[in-house]
Amino acid sequence: MTTTAMKSPAGTNKALQSIWAWIRKIPPVYVLFLVVYIALAYLNPNLFATSNGIMTFLRRSSPLAVLAIGEMFVLALGGFDLSIGSLVTLVVLASSLLLNNDPAKAYPTIGIMLGLGLLIGLTNGLVVSYLKVPSFIVTLGMMLLVRGGALYWVGGAPRGYLTDNWRAFGRNYIEHVPVLGRVPYALIILLVITAITYFLFHRTNYGRQILAIGDNVRASRLSGSRIELVRVVTFVICSLCAIIGGVMIGGYGGVNVTIGQGLEMQTIAACVVGGVMLLGGKGSVPNAIFGAFTMQALVELLNLLGLPKPYKDAVQGIIIIAAVAYSAYSTRRKR
Amino acid sequence: MTTTTVSDNRFSRGLRGFRIPPVFVFLIIVFLVGGVLDQLFSDGQIFTNPAIMLNIIVRSVALGIVAVGQTLVILGASIDLSVAYTISITAVMSSYIMQGDPTKVPLALLGVFGIGAAIGLVNGLVITKLHVNSFIATLGTSLIIAGIINATFSNYTGSVPREFEYFGYGTIGPVPVSIIVLAVMFIGGWLLLSRTKFGSHLYGVGGNAEVSRLSGLRTDRVLIGAHVLCSLTAVLAGVFLVSQMRSGAPWVGPNGVYDLNSIAVTVIGGTALSGGKGGVWGTLAGVLIFGVLDTVFNQLGVNPYLKIVLQGAIVVLAVASYTFRSKEEPA
Amino acid sequence: MAESTTNADPQASAQQQPLLEVRNITKRFPGVLALDDVSLPFMPGEVHAVVGENGAGKSTLMKIMSGAYIPDSGEIYLDGEKVSFAHPVEAQSKGISIIYQEFNLLPERTVAHNIFLGREPARLGVVDTARMNQQAREVLKEIGVEKMISPTAVVNSLSVAEQQLVEIAKAISFNAKVLIMDEPTAALTYTEVKLLADLVKRLKARGMAVIFISHRLIEVFDIAEKITVLKDGKFVKTVNKADVKPADVVFLMVGRALDHYFPPLGQKEDLGDVVLRVQGGSNELLKDVSFELRKGEVLGVAGLQGSGRTELAQALFGVMPFKTGTVELRGKAIALKNPNAAIKNKLGFVTEDRKSEGIIPRQPIRDNMLLTVRSIGNMVGVIYNDGIHKSRQLVPTLGKQVDIRTDSYDREAQDLSGGNQQKVVLAKWLASDADLFIFDEPTRGIDVESKASIHDMIRDLTKRGVAVLMISSELPEIVGMSDRILVMCDKRVAGELPAQSSEQQIMLMATGHTNGESSKTAVAAG
Repeated sequence: MTTTAMKSPAGTNKALQSIWAWIRKIPPVYVLFLVVYIALAYLNPNLFATSNGIMTFLRRSSPLAVLAIGEMFVLALGGFDLSIGSLVTLVVLASSLLLNNDPAKAYPTIGIMLGLGLLIGLTNGLVVSYLKVPSFIVTLGMMLLVRGGALYWVGGAPRGYLTDNWRAFGRNYIEHVPVLGRVPYALIILLVITAITYFLFHRTNYGRQILAIGDNVRASRLSGSRIELVRVVTFVICSLCAIIGGVMIGGYGGVNVTIGQGLEMQTIAACVVGGVMLLGGKGSVPNAIFGAFTMQALVELLNLLGLPKPYKDAVQGIIIIAAVAYSAYSTRRKR
Repeated sequence: MTTTTVSDNRFSRGLRGFRIPPVFVFLIIVFLVGGVLDQLFSDGQIFTNPAIMLNIIVRSVALGIVAVGQTLVILGASIDLSVAYTISITAVMSSYIMQGDPTKVPLALLGVFGIGAAIGLVNGLVITKLHVNSFIATLGTSLIIAGIINATFSNYTGSVPREFEYFGYGTIGPVPVSIIVLAVMFIGGWLLLSRTKFGSHLYGVGGNAEVSRLSGLRTDRVLIGAHVLCSLTAVLAGVFLVSQMRSGAPWVGPNGVYDLNSIAVTVIGGTALSGGKGGVWGTLAGVLIFGVLDTVFNQLGVNPYLKIVLQGAIVVLAVASYTFRSKEEPA
Repeated sequence: MAESTTNADPQASAQQQPLLEVRNITKRFPGVLALDDVSLPFMPGEVHAVVGENGAGKSTLMKIMSGAYIPDSGEIYLDGEKVSFAHPVEAQSKGISIIYQEFNLLPERTVAHNIFLGREPARLGVVDTARMNQQAREVLKEIGVEKMISPTAVVNSLSVAEQQLVEIAKAISFNAKVLIMDEPTAALTYTEVKLLADLVKRLKARGMAVIFISHRLIEVFDIAEKITVLKDGKFVKTVNKADVKPADVVFLMVGRALDHYFPPLGQKEDLGDVVLRVQGGSNELLKDVSFELRKGEVLGVAGLQGSGRTELAQALFGVMPFKTGTVELRGKAIALKNPNAAIKNKLGFVTEDRKSEGIIPRQPIRDNMLLTVRSIGNMVGVIYNDGIHKSRQLVPTLGKQVDIRTDSYDREAQDLSGGNQQKVVLAKWLASDADLFIFDEPTRGIDVESKASIHDMIRDLTKRGVAVLMISSELPEIVGMSDRILVMCDKRVAGELPAQSSEQQIMLMATGHTNGESSKTAVAAG
């Protein structure tokens, strides 16, 4: 079986080497995702290897991916946003109240939620910039503020239901699409947000300034970066992503006061698995998305293996540590 | 001009170790404003009833104990997000082992402190040897502990013997045992930081790890030590909570948000998240601010959800009160 | 200290044994042979300078001798005995101390805590603070600075020079027989260097071997007796100071003669109109500063550390703007409130501290070079890999212009040498079309060859009509480059000197001994 390789001339060997060099440049998150997903497809081809199954998987993982994109912006800038989980709770609770079971109010409600997200992001950014409070603390305070505010607003318990047209974003599919079969709305939303944020992060002056500021604030300021402006915009983008993610999560999760709890940590973990550097300077939209996909795939793999929920938490903990330890190891080896 | 600084006397040196952090001013303001509001809108007990004052401190004991540990790791430029579930595992394990039997108390304590030391050791080793960012490392261990206890224990497991409740409810003279424990923890933390080699080295590692390494410190050991101590304080907090609850439940840690709250009070107290700067007295002020707020809100009968909102706002304002004039770039 | 005196005795006799000797040291890093079979003896009571360009292997050699690196092959002998160090602490305990280029103190801790970090006098883990302070005072006394520095002072309240002295005290406190200093004078001003030189003499008299690395050849010749040249990891030659001239050493270092240290000064016809006029500029850190800057000239700014040199640059650039007074830029009164506004008005600021204020270390070279253009550009402006809409090939053009040596502009800036990083910073300002440059210590810690090329570049800028304000604590640089010299003292402009004034004149003015000639500034200096 190795005869071909042994007979092959030096030229082929060189080509193989350069391919290998190219493969090694692929961020580890893609390899990890492929491994986990192939395992899924192998264990249950019906659920994961069909186009229907893939679409369902994408529907389930898109909300976390949207949250991860927003969080990635803030992490790359060198900050943290711990308030996103509370924002998801806010969206679900406040929407159920505002909708009042009237489908006609679905779009205005989402509009109001986006407005609130804008306000919250603005506050986060302004407080960090002008009161100089570390973002970890600002967004921790905002997490309490928004969660308490949402619960106070609805009176502590969910009111009413989310209308079907509101829930469609997280739950429904466009049916009878050629080749693909059906496409979830959530995936389309993710793709639109990816396009916008990819452009912003990777193709504009703004995006490069996020990385520059995350890497060295002082040097960036002396080079003319409008740090306050960049920071405020970045926190707003993160909050808006959290609101949109909240609509998608509420779509299939329904009304539940604890729906957003712990999401901020999950999202940060997804970003870190996607190679984002905590405290700033490195980040990428596609890698963050695949970080989220990987986390979701892991959860599904653990489900498939029949592990009860608590063990899934534990295994996730191990995976997060291992992923970061591996990337720390590979950077050290490079130096 | 330099002669005065050279001739330091014992008194001024003692004061230097005991520098009063500005956050105490904030604490006094919160207390006075709360008290006045209480006078105006409620029965005014905050100013008149010493039992309420005592109660403020008693309510702060669990958070205070774990905040001492959190201060240590943050001074070392690290962070510990696993304290909440460490508290939980302590609560359930100790009441599970005791099962109401007083003779099993030593075994249970040995067990939970052993578990705590192991958690701290794992945190420290993962951070120093595998070079995993402390935020992620302790988030990971937190998930692992959560998984294990949620899978193993349901609500309220076992119980603690009556004698054990002494820790939570007993008094020595008029002073609750818990307050004495809290005081011992803070004084111990202060002595550890200001008077021992370990404390000096911890400031070094947090201030500049490379400098410390070149000065011959075994920086990894110092940081691992801080993590072990932090986990042990979480265990002590868990033991205190279970002695009050009489039976351990897995939700006790996360419900009290001890992870984020302990970080919040530490930062409110002026300890920098970047490490190497701060101390336990500021943290004490932070803890008491939380305690005062809690009591004031209860006195005024503030809606519990509104309470959360106000708490969030005050955390940010407290930190802002001394950062807003800073010339350093925030992160 | 008994050891050092006994060591001094055999030195007096004809038979000399090196205090420290390295033999056949080789050290390889991935892709580089950092040291190639280097052997060197260091005698007791001798000051030995090791010079060479960046990448010559000086720092690697120092780190091997001090135990921070382990050599691939070769031996180290201390007092004739073969030794090997696994950790800097082992070297320290055997009497070899090193002071690194970057400051290695904890700013939030006291002097005593810093000196005895890791060695606090303690019983059962409890530090005996009184004894520690007492011991620290003794060490400070040993180097004669006990009146300047208190053991209980917090380090961040000390000046840069005082901090350096604390570092030396820390090194001495190990009962050092060998003291290694990596660029000890880089952050010091002229008078502070003198202080250091005196101190080195005293250490030498005690029979210590002092080894130091420096890029400032003048100081090497002031302080050292022997000079060893390394090049590309190889030993070139050891010479006695008395036998050579600086130019000879430069020849050994770069392998060719650098025919000039500095490019010729500006000519009359290069000078243009006044670009910048500051009158009575004051803020918390500056008092009543007035001066003019013309197109095509280099205005050198000299002064001691803390005289307000850097603060002047920061005020002009909007980092800490003037509170009162007027600034006229190209004939128009203007108030620059932040760096962004300054850059839009075509100012450029090459900062002193490359690492913390110049580069964004983990980003590619190209993003570093385009940082300013992007900062003042439209936020949602589309980026191009190598430039902006005007010129999509900006990066390679700039790269050639400043002569950056790299195989790819995708490389992270932190992977470059100091000299190349400085060129990247320079390129960033060329990209923004600045026509008024402020240089703060443009060649600090940079090797001789890069230094010359940066000096050439500064002069080329003025030939193209750019106005340059150049702050430097290296007097030869001030004298060699400036068409006029502004001397600062105590937050004020002490006076102005013409081109090619002597270093002594500058020093006298900077230390407040003479007033400036111009009546305008004489008042300020008084």
